Amino acid sequence: MASMRDIKRRRQSIQSTQQIAKAMKLVATVKLQRARQRVERSQLYFQSLHATITSIFEKMEDIEHKYMSPREDGKKAVIVISSNRGLAGGYNSNVVRLITRGVMKKDSLDIYAVGKKGRDALKNLYNLKQDYSGCIEDPTYADAMCISKDVLDAYRDGEVSEIHIAYTAFINTIVHEPMTVKLLPFDSEEHRERMELSKRRRKEADTKEEVIPEEFDCPSMNFEPEAQQALDILIPNYITCLIYSGMLEAVASENGARMTAMDSAANNAEDMIEDLSLLYNRARQASITQELTEIIGGANAIS
Amino acid sequence: MAEKPFKVKIVSPERLFFQGDAEKVEFNTTEGEIGIYARHIPMTVLIAPGLLTLYTEEGEKKAALHSGFAEILPSTVTVLAEVVEWADEIDADRAQAAVERARERIRKAAEETDLDRAEIALHRALARLKTIKK
Repeated sequence: MASMRDIKRRRQSIQSTQQIAKAMKLVATVKLQRARQRVERSQLYFQSLHATITSIFEKMEDIEHKYMSPREDGKKAVIVISSNRGLAGGYNSNVVRLITRGVMKKDSLDIYAVGKKGRDALKNLYNLKQDYSGCIEDPTYADAMCISKDVLDAYRDGEVSEIHIAYTAFINTIVHEPMTVKLLPFDSEEHRERMELSKRRRKEADTKEEVIPEEFDCPSMNFEPEAQQALDILIPNYITCLIYSGMLEAVASENGARMTAMDSAANNAEDMIEDLSLLYNRARQASITQELTEIIGGANAIS
Repeated sequence: MAEKPFKVKIVSPERLFFQGDAEKVEFNTTEGEIGIYARHIPMTVLIAPGLLTLYTEEGEKKAALHSGFAEILPSTVTVLAEVVEWADEIDADRAQAAVERARERIRKAAEETDLDRAEIALHRALARLKTIKK
């Protein structure tokens, strides 16, 4: 049996780990709330933008646009959003697994990494094109613009034929879902379906009332300049917005994942402390009993 | 004569920038400057960097509007702005420095200089300056 001192030392070390876990959980909770607010604030913009794009597509009969026509065999660009810090349960490895288990071929991928953990996991396997890890701590719209400019340049130059984004969608505090979304070539049907799906899912998961965008549909909407030209600007705009909201959701998911992970870590530590306390007390009693027996034995021997 | 007010909403990805009534809104589009009163025909326009002026009951409000687009309906105007800032949020010295930097870049345009970008930067900085001047 381990000595009393060993058990005590072990228990103390677990106790301090538990304290760290508790503190990290609190920090993650606060950060999660902030990240959620930012996600909610960006929703309005995102939904309005989506509504506008949809209404343009409805108006135009046959659309031919450089961002929409699919191109055959070329490289694919993937924006991988992970976190800079670990201790968030399976958060980072789930995103990485999306890429490594995906059907995409190894040598045909260009990785645009956002987040150190994802970057480090993928940089030996794939071609790491760009690294924006600095901006995941506090993603701003300007960061998203910078990323979308880089990927769109690569797309226009014919370097890549598709652009995807891999991130963790934030559904609610406990449920996060790693997913990949195709950004380009643009497919309005696909996007509409996804939009509706995410809306529905959020409604199911969240009883809270959500922001409902005003009705934009207007039969005689005019475009100035022409819709075709408007798309030149709107699609990149929409993509930037998708990247931005992807980053915001990823940050919220990261903190949610960390919160859950740290919560269970703190609980596990509690269990271990309980077990060790029991062991310690047992050892203490055993040693007292042993001492008593020795004293009594010694006294008997003298008399 | 006081014009009939209509609803204006300015949304940026980071916040709800402005929401309220205005009698008239002026801003820059890719096709030129426009001013909007109530009962405008429905229209979607793309925004060019410039000054945004809101004429409300409390007076004029000025902001620098850099990119995005606006959706105009008879009773509401929704501006989806990628970048927008109020006059008092702008740092005059920085904007001035940016103007000079962009001008310098355009003047000394070398082969590798991205002229479009420099020009956009110049327009943005000028829009900021214009916003705070008045």
